[in-house]
Amino acid sequence: MSVVARATSLLIALAVVVAGIVFVAMHFIAGQPTVINYVPYASDGQVNVVMQTDPQNTVTNKPDWPSYFVQNPQTKQWVHTTYFEVPANTKVNMTIYGFDGCTPLRNPYFGKISGTIGDVEYINGKATSQLNSWSDCSVQHTFTMPGLGLSVPIASPTTLNENNNLCGTSPCTTAKGAANYGPYQLVQFSFMTPAHGGIFRWQCIIPCGLGYLDGNGGPMQTPGYMSGQMEVQA
Amino acid sequence: MADEAPAISAAAQEPRHGMRLLITWIVLSAICDPLFYILAGPHMPPGDMSSSAADQQFDLNVLAMFAIPVVIGVLFYIGYALTFWRAKEGDEEDGPPIHGNTKIQLTWISVTSAIVLFLAVFGTVELWVPAGAGAGEGPQPIWKPDSSNILQVQVIGQQWVWTYRYPQFGGFETTQLELPVNQPVEFDVTSLDVIHSFWAYQLGVKADANPGVNNVAYTTPKALGEVTVRCDELCGLWHGAMYNYGKVVTAAQFQTWVQQTRTQLASVTALLPPFSLTYDPTNIATLGSVLTKLGLTGAGGGYYNGNDLEQP
Repeated sequence: MSVVARATSLLIALAVVVAGIVFVAMHFIAGQPTVINYVPYASDGQVNVVMQTDPQNTVTNKPDWPSYFVQNPQTKQWVHTTYFEVPANTKVNMTIYGFDGCTPLRNPYFGKISGTIGDVEYINGKATSQLNSWSDCSVQHTFTMPGLGLSVPIASPTTLNENNNLCGTSPCTTAKGAANYGPYQLVQFSFMTPAHGGIFRWQCIIPCGLGYLDGNGGPMQTPGYMSGQMEVQA
Repeated sequence: MADEAPAISAAAQEPRHGMRLLITWIVLSAICDPLFYILAGPHMPPGDMSSSAADQQFDLNVLAMFAIPVVIGVLFYIGYALTFWRAKEGDEEDGPPIHGNTKIQLTWISVTSAIVLFLAVFGTVELWVPAGAGAGEGPQPIWKPDSSNILQVQVIGQQWVWTYRYPQFGGFETTQLELPVNQPVEFDVTSLDVIHSFWAYQLGVKADANPGVNNVAYTTPKALGEVTVRCDELCGLWHGAMYNYGKVVTAAQFQTWVQQTRTQLASVTALLPPFSLTYDPTNIATLGSVLTKLGLTGAGGGYYNGNDLEQP
């Protein structure tokens, strides 16, 4: 083989390796879930954000991982993501349909609602300031945003019958009779975004990675499932 | 005999390099050490907000003042050698043999031994005197503050949040770290899941938070102000976001805050497990009964399923 041919082969091999590294970096490391932009839909200093929690997600290759979904405000379609964008200095009215079964809090301190307006959440319309997940297993996940001091336990179906008949296809629906219907709790709360822009990470603080050591793996460690971020646009 | 005369003459003309180097080194060190201590010393991390922070700052200053003469000596020697002992063009003669110079060997061994031994003794004293220097001493600390009025604060790490329990005030738990000035504090650091590390930077306190282990660290806040608390052990997806801020306040402000917070959190305090130096979330009777009642095998407490294919 001539020197030119050998050099060309080496350069091609090098290019392939570099391209592979770039692909891995961009696709797996730098890649992030879709960001749902609620900014254009804010009015009168408020914006409505709608999410749901599912006991599974049949839209990914990890169907046994519980997951949040965010509703696209324009199409009303559910998107498998946990990233959303809201304006600064705005009241966020959050609605979460909780379709997952109960998993008690590891630390019952987070049964207390904090950081919301009035330090309450509304479960099926009823104001609640605290949930005891250890006495009646009434909590499935949390929406916890440490940067804003926000922590809200998401109520779960509480009866054995309901927990054995959870929604089996995601995204779940509240329409009875539909194949992807399941028992749920309607959780609502409001909080203020800060006056300045920034990125605020949020997470479920219940180790809900079923099958992983201490429940801390899988969906707990993967953005787009049980953790996400709120991007505040100034 | 006639050939030796010029050599003796050249040796007599050779300046006393050793004396030159020594004097210059002493002068430079005598200038730079005080300059460093006066100008940079007060700004050395982590500041002097607590007894342990001030001690760490002092330690760093002492180490720096030892290091500065060494650095000066090395750099000045290199510069001197490059200037005065540079080989002339065409000069391929070997340098003078110094192998077996007992004086140099003894000096080198004595000086380096003295420095290392001093630092070993100094380091031990500096761990002992400030009650562990703000580091985690494990569950049975051997160095404790000499005080009967120690505030106990339990630090609980959980992916990815810090919470603090105050067992001397009813055991309430909060995400706010608040401490009174001039009162010794005992941090009992533990974790509910993986290994974290409690690092209260301005207080000069750092202690690993291990599940099932109580890691004790002491300090005494000496100044009012804000404290940054970070996790200093890579602990998962959002390790980098695991931080919050604490405050050092006056004793009166602390008492007011304690009373208010205790009252505000009374209902959730009633839900907490009794105060314990460590917690095993997989072994809580009520938790197990809830799951049994509902026929669940939830993931919330380490219910470890060895048959699960995704088990790491």
